[in-house]
Amino acid sequence: MSDDILVEVRDLKVHFPIRRGVIFDRTVGHVKAVDGVDLRIPRGKTYGLVGESGCGKSTLGRALLQLNPPTSGEVSFDGVELTTLPAGKLRTMRRRMQMIFQDPMSSLDPRQNVESILTEGLQTHGIGTDRDDRRRIIGETLDKVGLPRWALSRYPHEFSGGQRQRIGIARALVLGPELIVADEPVSALDVSIQAQVVNLLDELQETLGLTYLVIAHDLAVVRHISDTVGVMYLGALVEEAPADRLYNEPLHPYTRALMSAVPVPDPDVEDRRERILLSGDLPSPANPPSGCRFHTRCPWAQPTRCADERPVLRDIGGSRVACHFAEPIASGELRPHQVKTQLTRPAGEGEEPHSVSAPSEPGSYV
Amino acid sequence: MALLEVEDLSVTFARRGQRTVHAVDGVSFSVDAGEVVGLVGESGCGKSVTSLAIMGLLPKQPGLAVGGKAVFDGTDLLQLDDRSRRDIRGRDIAMIFQDPLSSLNPVIPIGLQVTEVLTRHRGMKGAAAEKEAAELLDRVGIPDPRRRLKEYPHQLSGGMRQRALIAMAVACQPRLLIADEPTTALDVTIQAQILELLKGLVRDSDTALLMITHDLGVVAGMCDTVNVLYAGRVVETARRRPLFREPRHPYTVGLLGSVPRLDAGRGERLNAIPGSVRDVLPWPDGCAFAPRCERRVDACVGEPPALVLAHHGRSYRCVNPAPVAGYAPGDDVRAVVPTQAQPGSVPAQAVPDDPPTVPGLGPAPREEESA
Repeated sequence: MSDDILVEVRDLKVHFPIRRGVIFDRTVGHVKAVDGVDLRIPRGKTYGLVGESGCGKSTLGRALLQLNPPTSGEVSFDGVELTTLPAGKLRTMRRRMQMIFQDPMSSLDPRQNVESILTEGLQTHGIGTDRDDRRRIIGETLDKVGLPRWALSRYPHEFSGGQRQRIGIARALVLGPELIVADEPVSALDVSIQAQVVNLLDELQETLGLTYLVIAHDLAVVRHISDTVGVMYLGALVEEAPADRLYNEPLHPYTRALMSAVPVPDPDVEDRRERILLSGDLPSPANPPSGCRFHTRCPWAQPTRCADERPVLRDIGGSRVACHFAEPIASGELRPHQVKTQLTRPAGEGEEPHSVSAPSEPGSYV
Repeated sequence: MALLEVEDLSVTFARRGQRTVHAVDGVSFSVDAGEVVGLVGESGCGKSVTSLAIMGLLPKQPGLAVGGKAVFDGTDLLQLDDRSRRDIRGRDIAMIFQDPLSSLNPVIPIGLQVTEVLTRHRGMKGAAAEKEAAELLDRVGIPDPRRRLKEYPHQLSGGMRQRALIAMAVACQPRLLIADEPTTALDVTIQAQILELLKGLVRDSDTALLMITHDLGVVAGMCDTVNVLYAGRVVETARRRPLFREPRHPYTVGLLGSVPRLDAGRGERLNAIPGSVRDVLPWPDGCAFAPRCERRVDACVGEPPALVLAHHGRSYRCVNPAPVAGYAPGDDVRAVVPTQAQPGSVPAQAVPDDPPTVPGLGPAPREEESA
């Protein structure tokens, strides 16, 4: 199985500069959206990426497709290194890797009808010999995603949310890709529609042998469609495991807290379960905590190592976990303790920090 | 006597040249003192409009009509004049909204916004009000509350803003708290914090909570009684456990089958509800769910189904409900109440979103609209 890896990411970093100043544009720091991620996706499998907003999961997905240029690191797709590929070659590679976006309304051009949306990619990549041939390809794609043929002459606003997402999926599928990066594919949809799209993605994978990278904040959705799940926190993977194992035996404290926070639609389960409540919010990725990034909120944080040594992903019985104390926590040797809430400032909102009245705690501002 | 008794509430929006939209169509439910009641449904089912109508927060505009009753502690909220409604709002009934950033005033410090409630309803002023405000912020788990009072909403994170909003809502120890999707805009770990906070507040102060949400998981963990809404009508009402264990209305069954569960295995097919509300036009005269329903029979079309009162305080609007163990079909029916819903009314769920306006190319606004 290891020789059939479609995508391999090695030490990928995406840093966005924070710029200040009007005349002299200077860089005062970096938002480390993705800070050293390694992952591999086997062909025909689904890799689920979960994490809370701002953890860098979308940036990782975009960097993988080279939509955001990575700061450093390597991305190889079917043995081809993408980060150093010339633009023209990269464009031809794009046919094999497509993206499905979260909000189908804002990712589809309101002034293009469905046929035009679907033809554009075909023309760019020179697929199909003439108009009739392209029509045939498009028609087949519409059947695959369960849209009627009359949809071709309609515009995106004439469809419901679920149908729009099907158009977005058809747009990705029409080129016959091998890898699909789906960024929050169902989070804008209602529950009953969500299930239809999740089922559709499942069916397409079975019939077409697609490889998925599914990025979502909803753990239940990710659990449902993924073979392997990676959990991100502040730009790095904290745990990666086969889906069943991750959900049955979460090892990283953050994964445990995340699992326990997801509501389950079953009163018996809800009443029985033990909640691990995290205190405070996600720290700013521009100024991440030293050592283990989770130590400021971790109920199991220890005075040694956690604050000054960044844990690397290591293998523990089939999972990869970035925690110094994963084993004693799993065995119950270490007990959780109370964590004092630290105030986090929202990033990218409101005024510049230095123009706000005196900061209450040094370093607490972005 | 229930604390809040909503009877045949209806909200209609008349549109020029088109059929009137029934956003809420004969909705009835009740909230007892200290009880947590859930209103669950998908977007456009009328759950938010219901809460806004109860609070008297719907804009006064021609074409918008509110009918029915919302009796709170003996007074019909819908008949009150603005002044007496303002006395009740914030003191006896308080509301928490989905997006804390747009419900807090961005140019006024948090402290002033919290003390405003205290001044208006409890007559507190100056240092006393400030002390009370700090205590409120402390109670909802905001660290270093004294300093936070001087800060503006943008300086707080989403979770902290929602906490500040909750502090304002519980400032006067209201008897009823209406929470409209209080955690939808928040991350899951923050959602858990806020839900735990709400649970604690309700338990400690005997406040009743009307929880409006689309998330069945949230409902399963919090609510005593659940009302499921579809297309502006309450289709099923039941206590929490019976509802999840033995859903009767096919829509409830479908909704529960659609949700991927954290404790289920990989690759199990979800039982999605076919179609969507928007596909169903012209709108049917009978049961609004009939076009998507797997248990549809001939009796479903024609007129809206009557309300069936069943065992254990459960009720549903369905002529062919899912069977339950221990009862032969129809055996558990206690009474049938004729429906107040309008046959063939168009729910808000079925109204397409406005097409996007393309600069320079859209149709010119008609005169009466721009005026």
